[in-house]
Amino acid sequence: MQINDLINHTSEWLKGTGPHSDIVISSRIRLARNLSKYPFPHWATKPQLNAVMQKCSQAMEKVEELKGAALFILANLDSIDKQFLVERHLMSIEHTQKTEQKAVLVNSEETIAVMINEEDHLRIQLMQSGFNLFEAWEIINGIDDALAKLLDYAYFEDFGYLTACPTNTGTGMRGSVMLHLPALVMSRQIDRVLAAISKLSFTTRGLYGEGTQASGNFFQISNQVSLGHSENEIIENINGLIRQIIEQETQAREIMLAKSKEVLEDRISRSVGILKNARIITSQETIELLSMVRLGSDLGMVKDIDRRTINELFIITQPAHLQKLENVKLSSDQRDLKRAELIRKKLNLMTA
Amino acid sequence: MLCDVCGKNPATVHLTEIIDEKMNELHLCEECARSKSAAMEQQFGLSDLLAGMADFEKSANSKEEEVSAKCPSCGLTYADFKKIGRLGCGECYNAFRKYLAPLLKRIHGSNQHIGKNPGKVKAPAAAAVKPARKKAGSAGLTELKNQLQKAIQQEAFEEAARLRDQIKELEKKEKE
Repeated sequence: MQINDLINHTSEWLKGTGPHSDIVISSRIRLARNLSKYPFPHWATKPQLNAVMQKCSQAMEKVEELKGAALFILANLDSIDKQFLVERHLMSIEHTQKTEQKAVLVNSEETIAVMINEEDHLRIQLMQSGFNLFEAWEIINGIDDALAKLLDYAYFEDFGYLTACPTNTGTGMRGSVMLHLPALVMSRQIDRVLAAISKLSFTTRGLYGEGTQASGNFFQISNQVSLGHSENEIIENINGLIRQIIEQETQAREIMLAKSKEVLEDRISRSVGILKNARIITSQETIELLSMVRLGSDLGMVKDIDRRTINELFIITQPAHLQKLENVKLSSDQRDLKRAELIRKKLNLMTA
Repeated sequence: MLCDVCGKNPATVHLTEIIDEKMNELHLCEECARSKSAAMEQQFGLSDLLAGMADFEKSANSKEEEVSAKCPSCGLTYADFKKIGRLGCGECYNAFRKYLAPLLKRIHGSNQHIGKNPGKVKAPAAAAVKPARKKAGSAGLTELKNQLQKAIQQEAFEEAARLRDQIKELEKKEKE
């Protein structure tokens, strides 16, 4: 599999199915793992990083779930390719910096991505569509067990899995759920919800993880605590919180439908109208309008555009995706033109 | 604008609440907002997770010793760690155990791992199976006890009773 093979293919986790997929876009679990005999990536020498890369990639070749996955060596990728992988949520922005001896392994469904030599030697990630953390955990747990037989993990009985940053020590696990909360944002309840979340030792991030702003009513919520709770407990805690947020968003949607249906319908229809007709559109405006269309589709107000297409548009209208699709470098102005063209084509094709 | 609650201080926090389908706007001063958000947290029902964050005290002695401590395996000093926020290797956790144990407790509310382990001895000879199994059992016990504690805090008594029986059974098995 080459990087260009990914472009015409929709990631499995974007299919818009799974439990509560009206509000939950995706569920993700990542595990941080390190090899015991080597310094953590930021403190390691080049030969040590090379050895880690070799050992990890060889081990992964032997794991059943990772058979047929592609290993992308970051030093061989140009900046658009790297950005492209970030836009597809296959690696972090941090992984695009100082790319020597870094790699990412991706399976063909794009549900599994393993970063080598990011902050830790291994960052194993599993993505699922909808609200599905336990299933994600089952799969990633199997992969981790298989790798543990082949690699000597840095692990202490008392502290658990040892990581470069003590905030990940213990289970090395971070579970995140990507939520779409337009009604809580529109009814101005979101600040209250986010404040409560941060006080409960969970974090909220934007679409692209650490350090990114929430946009288009999308919020990624994850656990902060990784030590002193078992993996199952951590997942249960996140699930408990997410269930409450889903309930609040559902309630807010119902109230809006009951109290101001026309206003809502108007906003959603206008969003569809702009997307179908605009000639120039920025990625920020695209995300905001698509968010409204998605809400319209969830509420049955928009019938001719399916959730999968909307999900897909979120990804393929991003800067690196547009440039991969067009196969040329585009300036920001050129991208705004191409983006509008692509959206018109996709939506008018559906509703023709 | 003055605070809706105390009517004394200027309102700096603006809230929109929906209770029983009625939208309600509140303008609060910082102080009243804080007590309001404490009430909301309880409503949110997960405040037990906050419990571990209270442990903030730190002994002021041995500061110098702390700064000069060095990992024999990778050469990172504790001062390096404080500067870059990253440890150098797995052995650092041994070298700086004295300082890391309270730090981990402050971050996570605990410094005792109870999740999965790499389980190196997966399919060992019959002789090796026994101790391995016993270890797995006792880890399960700690987790169950934790769950029990939590169930009691949340007043989930049915769940608590079930856990209590499970713990009793496990303890009986371990004694045998």
